[in-house]
Amino acid sequence: MSGAIDSGDTAWMLISTALVLLMTVGLGLFYAGLVRSKNTLNTFMMCLSALGIAGVTWALVGYSLAFDGEGAIIGGLGNVALSGVGFEPRGDGTIPELVFMAFQGTFCIITVALVSGAVVERMRFGAWMVFAALWSVLVYAVLAHWAFGGGWLAAQGTLDFAGGVPVEMASGFSALAAALVVGARKDYGRQALLPHNAVYVLLGAGVLWFGWFGFNGGSGLSTGDPSVLAFVNTMLTPACSLITWFVLDLIRGRKVTAIGAATAIIVGCVLITPAGAYISPGWAMALGFVGALPCYAGIMWRPRTRVDETLDVLAAHGVAGFTGILAIGLVAQVGWNGVADGLFYGDAGQLGSQAVAAAVAPAYAFVVTFVLLKLLGAVMPLRASEHEEAVGMDVYAHGEEAYVTGEGAILVLHDREEKQRPMVADPG
Amino acid sequence: MKLVIGIVRPERANQVLEALYRAEVRGLSISRVQGHGGELDRVETYRGTTVKMDLSEKVRFEVAVSDSFVEPTIEALADGARTGEVGDGKIFVVPLERAVRIRTGDVDMEAVTPVGDQ
Repeated sequence: MSGAIDSGDTAWMLISTALVLLMTVGLGLFYAGLVRSKNTLNTFMMCLSALGIAGVTWALVGYSLAFDGEGAIIGGLGNVALSGVGFEPRGDGTIPELVFMAFQGTFCIITVALVSGAVVERMRFGAWMVFAALWSVLVYAVLAHWAFGGGWLAAQGTLDFAGGVPVEMASGFSALAAALVVGARKDYGRQALLPHNAVYVLLGAGVLWFGWFGFNGGSGLSTGDPSVLAFVNTMLTPACSLITWFVLDLIRGRKVTAIGAATAIIVGCVLITPAGAYISPGWAMALGFVGALPCYAGIMWRPRTRVDETLDVLAAHGVAGFTGILAIGLVAQVGWNGVADGLFYGDAGQLGSQAVAAAVAPAYAFVVTFVLLKLLGAVMPLRASEHEEAVGMDVYAHGEEAYVTGEGAILVLHDREEKQRPMVADPG
Repeated sequence: MKLVIGIVRPERANQVLEALYRAEVRGLSISRVQGHGGELDRVETYRGTTVKMDLSEKVRFEVAVSDSFVEPTIEALADGARTGEVGDGKIFVVPLERAVRIRTGDVDMEAVTPVGDQ
């Protein structure tokens, strides 16, 4: 039984898909600014590579495993290589299934890119690409099926509007596992390893917030009330988490920090991701104010540990996603979402359903990522040598530099006759 | 009174700073320089353009010291910077004619002795 295509819904979903795709580039900028300058390109490329890798695995198998059929654990293989995915809507949707597939694909891409934050500055690029391909299917597609594709989590009542389970908790807890298996950077805990360009971080955060309007605002798969509510909440929650961050920064160091502000924007966007269309704007603001607290604590505490989860994916995404998922169980209102009430409005059962997701999704993501990387590590080295790490991943992995001066660069001429006459590149 | 100049790998600069600190050598300046000391060229490619990078990033330490501090400074520079690979850098020691501390007008030995040690 398929519904009729709605041109307004389709137009919005086409735009949303492009918005979410842009987020991966924004994330690359955000991450690149947070690392040392010698690892700028490698860090950016880890994100960018997800566009290729997860884009392909999603079309080949990921989409089918996530969205074909209503199996409890995993979808079917009916849509492998996009067979049967066309202009007709999926189920009772109002947009072509092709658009739905592309929209969900951009989620898979950014989630894979998010995990890279745990292992930047030392993981080999080749090993990363193999890991990214496998993770996009074994972790993302499975959790997307559980939460969005009719799997057991959704069936037992878990509400997850835009990806608290497959995107935020999956990336956050996988990041922890990845950091533990790959190990800390060689200088971690011995030298100050500082962000090299705070402006990239701020601009990246801005691009991410912008894209998140498509991420959350598109997750209603229409232009209906849920999308409108999620869109507006995507403006409100990060605004409130920014204020919380300002205050905590002031209390802690008497100064409001820029990189803290960029982090607060991400945390706010993550907080509202699962809860987007289920809670009122007022509660969305409260979630921004309060939900930022555990994330702030996590980000302050983690560098004091020996776990080099480098860019704090766990605190910013795992913890915030966890908080957002539970928040639905507390403050959801039928009056706003037409689906379910939370504990505060008389339904303790909803909190239970949310708690199941908050317990199982992190465990699944952590365990599968841990085992996957252990197995991968048995057949290929996961990290660069100390020397390569010292020289920097840009030169070592890509043969390029982010901030090349051109001084001392000698042109290698490919023409055989010209080979004897090397030219010095113009430094200007 | 000597000026000790050490040209080292940027990735070893922190170890050198630590070693100098431990040798109680205070008062130094560093600058980023580019140089070539016989290490292998790195090949980089930008679209269709392939280049050999003849110059590598280095960090140049300049430390003005009294004579008794020359050896500890050299040792600290060498210990901090050494990896054993070609390209570890060089240390040059040159005589220093005069030194002036701008704030006080102190000259020579007083000028190169850290304030706390006077």
